[in-house]
Amino acid sequence: MCLAVPGKLVEEQSLGDNRLGIVQFGGIKRSVFLDFVPEAQVGDYVLVHVGFAISRLDDEEARRTYQLLEHIGMLEIEDPAFAGDPGTAESLAAIRTK
Amino acid sequence: MRYIDEYRDPKIAQALVDRIHAQVTKPWVLMEICGGQTHTLMRYGIDELIGEKVELVHGPGCPVCVTPIEIVDKAVEIASRPGVIFVSYGDMLRVPGTRCDLFRVKAEGGDVRIAYSPMEAVKIAQNNPTRQVVFFGIGFETTAPANAMAVWRARELGLTNFSELVSHVLVPPAIRLLLNSPSNRVQGFIAPGHVCTIMGYWEYKALVDEFHVPIVVGGFEPVDLLEAISMLAAQLEEGRAEVENQYARTVSFEGNRAAQRIVEQVFEVADRKWRGIGAIPMSGLRLRPEFAAFDAEKIFDVEAMEAPEPAECISAQVLQGLKKPVDCPAFGTRCSPERPLGAPMVSTEGACAAYYQYRRHAASLVCVQ
Repeated sequence: MCLAVPGKLVEEQSLGDNRLGIVQFGGIKRSVFLDFVPEAQVGDYVLVHVGFAISRLDDEEARRTYQLLEHIGMLEIEDPAFAGDPGTAESLAAIRTK
Repeated sequence: MRYIDEYRDPKIAQALVDRIHAQVTKPWVLMEICGGQTHTLMRYGIDELIGEKVELVHGPGCPVCVTPIEIVDKAVEIASRPGVIFVSYGDMLRVPGTRCDLFRVKAEGGDVRIAYSPMEAVKIAQNNPTRQVVFFGIGFETTAPANAMAVWRARELGLTNFSELVSHVLVPPAIRLLLNSPSNRVQGFIAPGHVCTIMGYWEYKALVDEFHVPIVVGGFEPVDLLEAISMLAAQLEEGRAEVENQYARTVSFEGNRAAQRIVEQVFEVADRKWRGIGAIPMSGLRLRPEFAAFDAEKIFDVEAMEAPEPAECISAQVLQGLKKPVDCPAFGTRCSPERPLGAPMVSTEGACAAYYQYRRHAASLVCVQ
């Protein structure tokens, strides 16, 4: 129910008092209400739930936290103590294939 | 896809798994609130990756699962009336009511339709001025703005044939109930990232202070959840209890004000009954009196309907993190997604459905090894 999917706002439209936009999710485009994201501009990524954009994704925040995560990834993969645990490797193979 | 693929990066996931193993010295019990998070944890086997010291129990954050049986009965009653077009999110159609589910009503000739958005129901009402169109407005805080906007828009359009059967619930009162329970085992919570996208996370500060329990707002991808677990483990190991935000790319402290405003205009906070749990004071939303003309319970006079819960289903304990779905004697035999006894087996976010999809063969695999 609370599923929300990120997509790129590629076009703006209006329908009466409601603000609408076309949002691209991978290869699919859908019409989405933009009433709750007055700040969103064409080119932004928005999070979409039951036909409404509920937030504009904060690219700067995403980049900052992701760099921290990548940093953790690089640090700990280099540590030989963590290499080659077959149990986790197997489960992570599942992550790779999703 | 951007904002999805990078949060499924196996290298980062591995590093976070290793970090959790290094952090944890004592056993901890954590609960993810949202059923969407439960499914990610099961699908990627995260509960097994993080080791035995950290136990994950699954929370009540599945709106389909906590919608009380009498609301389903009311939906069945309204959808069975002649001339009604009953519109619902797909998940609700197979939830068993006392007599039957909405699919049965459809099979018997009722006009029951599935919609992705409540605005589709408004459009159906515009296109069918001689029919009563009822939308099944269920959900948590995430869905409330959309369901509120549909009512708002219907009023703007002057529609007299659109109404909603509302059963909205709120997350913080449910967390409070769990923490107040003498049988509570949960020591840290992953708060639901999309509920918090709407509401922010200021509401959780009071819970953290009152119960000294850490709460981390988490996302829905494997890397998000592993990071949230690591953040909770850090707090618990250090003896801290704070609200932290792992899902900062979409969640802010104050939340989405425009979305909150429409909810405040259309709905008001009210007592709600939760399926399997019972009544929780001020734990849900109902239409404000000025929107009574859009209230399906009033229009179809079904307000007084009541119904008992089915006896065998243990969803009450599952939704409170006291039992796992596999502890239920009916799991996978008398209860399956095709023939569900209770709602957690129906919903794509229900804990029982997640175990059925990803874990029902676990026991036989152990035997083979």
